[in-house]
Amino acid sequence: MYSPDIIIEALLNGLLTGAIYALVALGLTLVYGVLHIINFAHGALLAAAMFAVLLINQLFGVDPYVQIPFLTVIFFAVGYGLQRLIIGPASHGRDENILLVTLGLSIVIENLLLAGFGSDTRSLNTDYSFNVYEVGPYLLSQVRVFGAAGALVTAALLWLFLSRSDTGKAIRAVAREKIGASLQGIDVAHVYAVTFGLGCACLAVAACLLLPTFYVNPKIGSAFVLVAFTIVVLGGMGSIVGAMLGGLIIGVVESMSGLFLGESLGQIGIFVIFILTLLLRPTGLFGAKA
Amino acid sequence: MSALRPYLPVIGLGVLLALAPLFVTSNVALNFLVFTLIIALAAQGWNLLGGFGGQFSFGHAAFFGVGAYVSAIWQMSLGLDAWTGFVAGTLAGAVTGLTIGFLAFRAGLRGSYFALVTLAFAEVFRVLSNSSEATGGAAGLLLPLRIGAQNLQFADRSTFLAFVVALTILVLLLVQWIRGSRFGAQLVALRENEEAARALGVDVFAVKLKAIGLSGAITAAAGVLYLQYFLFIDSNIVFGTWISVEVLLAAIVGGLGTVLGPVVGALALHGLGELVKHLAGDLPGIDLAVYGAVLVVAVAFLPGGLVGLFRRKPAPRQVRKTAPEGGRV
Repeated sequence: MYSPDIIIEALLNGLLTGAIYALVALGLTLVYGVLHIINFAHGALLAAAMFAVLLINQLFGVDPYVQIPFLTVIFFAVGYGLQRLIIGPASHGRDENILLVTLGLSIVIENLLLAGFGSDTRSLNTDYSFNVYEVGPYLLSQVRVFGAAGALVTAALLWLFLSRSDTGKAIRAVAREKIGASLQGIDVAHVYAVTFGLGCACLAVAACLLLPTFYVNPKIGSAFVLVAFTIVVLGGMGSIVGAMLGGLIIGVVESMSGLFLGESLGQIGIFVIFILTLLLRPTGLFGAKA
Repeated sequence: MSALRPYLPVIGLGVLLALAPLFVTSNVALNFLVFTLIIALAAQGWNLLGGFGGQFSFGHAAFFGVGAYVSAIWQMSLGLDAWTGFVAGTLAGAVTGLTIGFLAFRAGLRGSYFALVTLAFAEVFRVLSNSSEATGGAAGLLLPLRIGAQNLQFADRSTFLAFVVALTILVLLLVQWIRGSRFGAQLVALRENEEAARALGVDVFAVKLKAIGLSGAITAAAGVLYLQYFLFIDSNIVFGTWISVEVLLAAIVGGLGTVLGPVVGALALHGLGELVKHLAGDLPGIDLAVYGAVLVVAVAFLPGGLVGLFRRKPAPRQVRKTAPEGGRV
């Protein structure tokens, strides 16, 4: 039997990881909530963002945290362009086409990364990578605490943006009623692209927060994307609160099942939750009607 | 004669493929054909459910892998023979399809949700087979080399090719027959409009279930062929995402819901892949990157796939709803 200390430490670590998962899922749920499609390229775009952080760090020695504002803007533009120039026009407005186009994009991005960087797993070492905080009897990795804090701040900012700004209101209007919004003079194609851009911006932040602790390789996206899908489905497609809470739950589930079932079987816990949610309650914890 | 007419293209393709071993003798080319036809067969399974029925699965690797693993375990652990193993693997694919279909369709999952749940099932199978004793864990399973027709292993590649061609043509004929049958019409009806089909008295749930069962069986048969040809499987090969992607890609590029589409699509894609590898040298993943781009281009510009290009009449497009008065929506 494990001592309670080990279990509590696993719980805390799960919560910290879960916050970053939540940030990745946030981008996905936002896009789903507005465009009503699942962006299969989400994971590949995260991998691209992580490689960007790594590359900038190696070429110019810029600390990952310092890159956040810069990379967020770049990835917003990337997302905006992708939706406006490729996904929108190529899919002729049909949902199943969007699904296929984003799948195609994910294959392209993933394999271009593979061609460009090779299949090696890399990591970025900072001089603070191994610092820890001592909280009572528990040791918490400093960069993980930073990561969780950054994820929560980003989520709060996004929520403020959506609820206060004009663009945020337009996004919510389109999510609720596309045709009605366009009759009010809202440019739906623009709102779609902005939403997609915001989803990608979340990924850029997540990549900067992840890299001091996490390794990266071209396939890393698929590891994250299934976790992100699970969170989004569990929290309810399109729900921001759901994504945050779902992220924390999944983080804890992963670290617990890793502790009790071992590394290789640990992932099963997540998939089982995923399938059960889809089958029994596809609307998730906070979702509106599917 | 007129009853046979719809079957003529399939028979024509069959003759063409059957003659291939006469012209193609290099091992590289034979390898290419065998592997491509295995994918084409798996893609035909996908096409039955996705192309005719409109239910896009992102996890057909689940069936491919179940077929391969069941047949391997049948032969290696149970010591039974390869032909019954072929049947057992195919049936196991059908059962897996029916099970996943029963759960997913009863829960009313469609569109993105159905894609996600199939993907998740494939991943569960991958992780389980990667860590379970019975499936050889991460090391995979190596089928002992015992050449002989009774073991479904052939000394030369062209005999195996002939076997694969025969099976492919058999399945194409089956799909062509389904297409003209009542079941085929019901399948297309629910793809076009599920509510309308239900209103007309189609038992939507039963039709979908039948489709996914057949689809699973066909793709699983392709998985068994993969095992018999390469004699080695592991979880990342037969349950990997690549196979789920390849089958849907072949069906879509070739022509969704057409009988010849998956074969044409698989041949075109793999031909293109070889060409790209030849041109770009040893860059890893470059052929797959091109596949991804082809998928985007096919969705954007080729609604009827490659087969659609050769149709005399363009396929009827979806009926345009009249625009509301005063212009754009």
